[in-house]
Amino acid sequence: MRVTIDLKDIGMEQALFGSRLLALIVLVLLATGLLVWRMIDLQVIDGNRYEELARNNRVRISPLPPARGLIYDRNGILIAENLPSFSLEITPRLAGNLGNTIERLRHILDIGEEDIQKFHKLRRSRSGHDRTPLVVGLTEEQVARFHVNRRDFPGVEIIARTRRHYPYGEVFAHVLGRVGRINARDMKRVDTRNYRGTARIGKTGIERFYEDELHGVTGFRSDEVNAQGKLVRALSQQPPESGKSLVLSIDLGLQQTAIEAMGDNSGAIVAMDPRNGEILALVSLPDFDPNPFINGISARDFARLRDNELRPLFNRAVQGQYPPGSTIKMLTALAGLEAGTIEARKKIFAAGYYRLPNDSRKYRDWNRNGHGWIDLADAIARSSDVYFYDVAYRTGIDRLMPMFRRFGLGSRTGIDLPGETSGLVPSRQWKKKRYNKHWFPGETLISAIGQGYMLASPLQLAQMTACIAMRGDCPQPHLLKARIPGSAVTGRLGGNQVKLKDPAYWDIIIDAMEKVITDPKGTGRRIAKGLKWRVAGKTGTSQVFGLKEGQRYEAEKLARHLRDHALFVAFAPTDAPRIAIAVVVEHGGHGGVTAAPIGRKIIDAWLENH
Amino acid sequence: MDLGHRDHRLLPSLLRHINLDPVLLGAILILGVIGLAVLYSASGGNVDIVTRQAIRLVLALLVMVVVAMAPPQLLYQWTPAIYFSVFAMLVLVPLTGSTGKGAQRWLDIGIVRFQPAEIMKIAMPMMIAFYFAERRLRPRLRELTVALALVLGPAFFIFIQPDLGTALLIATAGLTVIFLAGIRWRTVILTALGSVAALPLLWHFMHDYQRRRVETFLDPESDPLGAGYHIIQSKIALGSGGIYGRGWQNGSQTQLDFLPEQTTDFVFSVFGEEFGLLGVLLLFALYLLIVLRGFLIAWRAQDTYARLLAASITMIFFTYFFVNVGMVSGLLPVVGVPLPLISYGGSSMVTIMVGFGILMSINSEKRLLSK
Repeated sequence: MRVTIDLKDIGMEQALFGSRLLALIVLVLLATGLLVWRMIDLQVIDGNRYEELARNNRVRISPLPPARGLIYDRNGILIAENLPSFSLEITPRLAGNLGNTIERLRHILDIGEEDIQKFHKLRRSRSGHDRTPLVVGLTEEQVARFHVNRRDFPGVEIIARTRRHYPYGEVFAHVLGRVGRINARDMKRVDTRNYRGTARIGKTGIERFYEDELHGVTGFRSDEVNAQGKLVRALSQQPPESGKSLVLSIDLGLQQTAIEAMGDNSGAIVAMDPRNGEILALVSLPDFDPNPFINGISARDFARLRDNELRPLFNRAVQGQYPPGSTIKMLTALAGLEAGTIEARKKIFAAGYYRLPNDSRKYRDWNRNGHGWIDLADAIARSSDVYFYDVAYRTGIDRLMPMFRRFGLGSRTGIDLPGETSGLVPSRQWKKKRYNKHWFPGETLISAIGQGYMLASPLQLAQMTACIAMRGDCPQPHLLKARIPGSAVTGRLGGNQVKLKDPAYWDIIIDAMEKVITDPKGTGRRIAKGLKWRVAGKTGTSQVFGLKEGQRYEAEKLARHLRDHALFVAFAPTDAPRIAIAVVVEHGGHGGVTAAPIGRKIIDAWLENH
Repeated sequence: MDLGHRDHRLLPSLLRHINLDPVLLGAILILGVIGLAVLYSASGGNVDIVTRQAIRLVLALLVMVVVAMAPPQLLYQWTPAIYFSVFAMLVLVPLTGSTGKGAQRWLDIGIVRFQPAEIMKIAMPMMIAFYFAERRLRPRLRELTVALALVLGPAFFIFIQPDLGTALLIATAGLTVIFLAGIRWRTVILTALGSVAALPLLWHFMHDYQRRRVETFLDPESDPLGAGYHIIQSKIALGSGGIYGRGWQNGSQTQLDFLPEQTTDFVFSVFGEEFGLLGVLLLFALYLLIVLRGFLIAWRAQDTYARLLAASITMIFFTYFFVNVGMVSGLLPVVGVPLPLISYGGSSMVTIMVGFGILMSINSEKRLLSK
């Protein structure tokens, strides 16, 4: 019976399609009829009412952007403020002959050709009803001159706004960050309703991280306008709510001292109070002046900053990835002590190089002559590589790396700045995943002295140092101290705890770190003279490129960008720590020579004043 | 073909020679010119904006001509390839898409950024038509399920991008084909009831800004600065146009800048204010002419694929028109659908012209066969 089941019945299909098409046409006609009815309703039945409304549509609602919150340093010094700024804006639709208007404005205000070109470029992309700025940042004299003549210029207005200003310019470039013009991507992360009328938004640093609090709540006003769209009188307004002001833990004086101490070097410094994690200074050099960005930096100036090979826009303190070098030898020692693979008092012979069993390769010490018979404290003080190669060999990568991680290496500290990097603590699994290769025993050795795959930011090194200073009560680094209005941020925030099997290990490590400076053979001995407080520190020299076996490192003969980075971490006073620092001097050579003196200056400056 | 006979028939026969339907082409050109005039007024006399739009219009027309010359068989053969590669791109957009205007809708391939969702507006009806073309109609339950999956899959990914307007357009296109393929009325009614029941679920998946739009639609006063104010101002503009309109460049709502986005989504309000009900009826007539012509082409088409595709493309065009006019006149929530051929902007214009090209191609195939 159903023989034709799989054959297409063309006649039936066409008839079916026809009836369905007819249904669709009826639907379309009904829908169009609905629209027609709607339009008759609006334009004829209610037409007079709407015409009346349009004639009386004299109420224009406009947003009132809030004042951005101010930012202070820990002593209440204003480091980000709002200055009044006047701009001359034209509504082309109301201005009549635009060319003529601009020509006449030029005569009384002395406007540059570049401004005029910018204006035309912007105008073409906008509606003729929109106010378009011709000059931003008018001088008071220009404002006065325009006001005298303003009746001659319909459609031209002076608009008062505020603009962000950083009184200390580059000093806080990498802490505060900067604001800039809002773009489409920014609009995605904010409530667009609240940003109507807001021209600028935090792009980097604190300005970005605390954007929501700094911005405030937009208000609006309704004004009565006449038939030409000009203001007759203000009707009502809901005032905007200013953004919150922030007090940071940063210290202007210490920040300036740190920058000065670095001289012409590039690198980074982080200083924090180990008791509560408050960042006291955070420096990344070279830096830049954020102020020109506010009104739109010229393309050429921006390109100069962006393409500078020293990368001034890059925040080395939180985003820099440096091999931590010998600054992490304390952690290697702790891993050995915890695992029971070394004893603090036991001396071993540290030659000029180290060999793994069944491996001909020589792992060299920075000191070609070796350090002789040394114990753990000597090894840290003199920064013996061979001693720690041996620790690493005995302890193994699987017990070393967890200890590094417990001190926060390999993960973000959670500081209140955007874009922080996590550094890298390698492991067998990581290498398998990343390179699909097995872990080599030699890699354990070089990881243990902070070379190889190991990477950390200066901020992480400062946190690690604070962690040691507090004997495992690790602070969470942060910059925000208080909001106004709002409560102060007090005490410790988060942070993890490092518990050791024997608390005495802390004394061993900290004593050894003091010996770095006090011991005549300590790598930090150069800063010992006249020191008013007990300082515990560790120098580091991290390789930028690997030497081939048998090759000798001769700084003078190397191009600057291949020279070693100089590092120094320290805290003071040893018995009651009030400051912990990390200093990285890029291509600075020896940590003890270049970085340690800079570190001392910062410690001295802080402890002398507090 | 002899092009030389009778002077007054020269143009139509020339157009036919390159597969262009004179009725469709005429209506499109008139709408395009009206659009440019409205745009000039709406932009406050900005010649640059009008010029840019005119260039877009010409380029889109060229695209239409090229598509019109391709035979429907070619489209048919490429249908699954086009559909599935665009679908794959839609899935990729949330992963790699760059962000334009707050939504992840753009896929960046080297220098060109484009919206896969835009192509889906054409690829969707092609695929559903393709699916039913070789099958016996009316569809049974299993076929219906497959077809629904083919429609709802891409629509879902566009919806989560999030782009509610486009998702609705694409779902409409696909469902139109299923409807035309001849499912039973019973099923249509049940599905409609089911969709209404599913609305709370839709609400659950909506983004905040989409919910806000619906809330604003229900209570315009709730957002006096934003969309609610827009709808109020748009209604005032349309209403104050009256029967005869305020005259070109004379609408106070437009010229005093009370209207929002008056060159893009709200361009119809400018037209309604300045040309009144008479202008509006003329505009409606032009749109209706295009739609009915499209349905006629579908009716005359030679095979199931061409029939379903032509009717569905026509329906997309009508949906654009209906949703845009509906939203600016306060009948529908503001979902961000442009007025086809008139709103300022490029990507949807190209899509629409590709659709017209396909219609013209289908139309000419019929003639070739009947000769």
